[in-house]
Amino acid sequence: MRECYALDDPRLLLENFLAAGWRVIAPVLSEGALVPDVVQDADDLPRGILDSQAPGHYRLEEGATRRWFDAVVGPRGWKHWLHPPERRLWRALRNEDGFEIRPEVEDWPPTIFFGVRACDLAAIARQAEVFRRAADPAHATRVSATRIVAVNCGRSARTCFCVSTATGPRAEDGFDLALTETDEGMLVEVGTDAGASLLEGLGLRRASDHMRARARARIAEAAASQTRALPKDVAKRLPEAAESPRWEAIAKRCLHCTNCTAVCPTCFCTDIVDRTDLSDQRAERWERWDSCFTPGFSEVHGGPVRSSGAARYRQWMTHKLSGWHQQFGTSGCTGCGRCITWCPAGIDLVAEARALTEGD
Amino acid sequence: MGAPRIAIWKFASCDGCQLSLLDCEEALLELAGAVRISHFLEASSRVEAGPYDLSLVEGSITTAQDAVRIREIRAASARLVTIGACATAGGIQALRDTRDLDALKRSVYPDPALIEVLERSTPVSDHVAVDAELRGCPVSRRDLLELVAASLAGRRPDLPDVAQCAECKRAGTVCVMVATGTPCLGPVTRAGCGNLCPRIGRGCYGCFGPVEGANCAAMSAQLRDLGMTAGEIMALYRGFNAGAQPFAEEAARHE
Repeated sequence: MRECYALDDPRLLLENFLAAGWRVIAPVLSEGALVPDVVQDADDLPRGILDSQAPGHYRLEEGATRRWFDAVVGPRGWKHWLHPPERRLWRALRNEDGFEIRPEVEDWPPTIFFGVRACDLAAIARQAEVFRRAADPAHATRVSATRIVAVNCGRSARTCFCVSTATGPRAEDGFDLALTETDEGMLVEVGTDAGASLLEGLGLRRASDHMRARARARIAEAAASQTRALPKDVAKRLPEAAESPRWEAIAKRCLHCTNCTAVCPTCFCTDIVDRTDLSDQRAERWERWDSCFTPGFSEVHGGPVRSSGAARYRQWMTHKLSGWHQQFGTSGCTGCGRCITWCPAGIDLVAEARALTEGD
Repeated sequence: MGAPRIAIWKFASCDGCQLSLLDCEEALLELAGAVRISHFLEASSRVEAGPYDLSLVEGSITTAQDAVRIREIRAASARLVTIGACATAGGIQALRDTRDLDALKRSVYPDPALIEVLERSTPVSDHVAVDAELRGCPVSRRDLLELVAASLAGRRPDLPDVAQCAECKRAGTVCVMVATGTPCLGPVTRAGCGNLCPRIGRGCYGCFGPVEGANCAAMSAQLRDLGMTAGEIMALYRGFNAGAQPFAEEAARHE
């Protein structure tokens, strides 16, 4: 059993991290949503807010309690930091001998991700596996210089379905510390030695058995309240539905806007772009997020391989829920529900997966 | 081989896209060093005869003289690139395409018989072959410089071809439609403006015109759900890119 401590106010941890010089990234309020950003002050941590999430709908509101962590995931995942939307890979400069290549040197200071939910922990691990196989060290370099303070969910949004993907709402591993908010304060679970050293000097008291039980009960409540669940056999059944007329019906509603892929914490596709400047002295290579929903994504000589919206939606969903298993050994979905909430057309991945696998 | 010769032309337009070029500040000096600007009346009265390596064309074709002149420009240009919503979609002036032209003339001009215009305001591509188009009202400085740099290097320009949503998400802008219920044309509009409106909490007005494969019917269904009337939806599509086919058709469905 992991060591557990009791903490009254999570700001104590933040203050300690900030004083020790860590860059702390935590979900903060921005443009009406919770998004992970750099925290300058422990008081930046939002308190007492709830999220109302439904297909194509997200609102934050004042909660009835003064809890810290009842609002769950917002639109921008940790992916924005670990797999940035745009990055320069290298520059080439002309010189007397031809040209010289200058690789990009990234400044990634010692960082703490504060408030990572179980679904996103799973997503970080799954993206890490993708980039490991792609032999792209950038993601791993960032992860290895990052400590993770997870938060176990004591509440689920209506769009959450991590129980059915077995990725939450409790963080099982992949964290240094994990917090669970109870009515008696925060239960702090130590996941690694690095996590234990983050608590040094705080003088936290050991958590009581009673508090541990309260924490377990809150997580169980969050799990029990989930109303959405992916079908158990979706990985096997979805490819069998490849010719279903349902794909056309989805495509009629789908805006092909790429939002689902951008907010998905495991979607990893990028495009590579070369640029030159007017002086003809400098060239740059950039990587930026791409999406299988754009016609250009599958363009080869003569046109795109997947020319219809139905084909593109089928590709995304079938790869995410089925093809990932063959390719990476896990599902590409961690049940965070972002693709449902942030679809401007309110397309519900879970409902569509059910309809497609139940022969609708 | 001398510096490539560039010409900038104006048809029916507000000059804003040409101003975007003049607005390139320090990059303008770099540009002037890399190319020879042979024809740019907005900037200089010095005019050199063609042929030109690259012509940038602003404005829509609205008169019979325009239709002749654009052919002459095409014939004198190795590459022709249209810049801005007027040249690529007919512009805001294409709003007149949806009304009776004579009635409009009478309502605006004291002597309507003097107004000699074509029946419709059309994009340059309706008249001559176009090698590339820069969208926007106005075009972005970044796209203009990228296009010229790519032309000089003989490579394909990196121009946005994704929906505005992709630009918002890359920038980390929170979706105004989902988070605040604000109607937004972002899902059917091509990226490139630098998500100017959503990043200050406003919905997209479609300045960069329809994205390839724009699903305007699904877009309108969402706009209705957000409380817009048919008239409001029609007006939203009838902006700077009113003449672009997907927007024009969707607006007509809401008349």
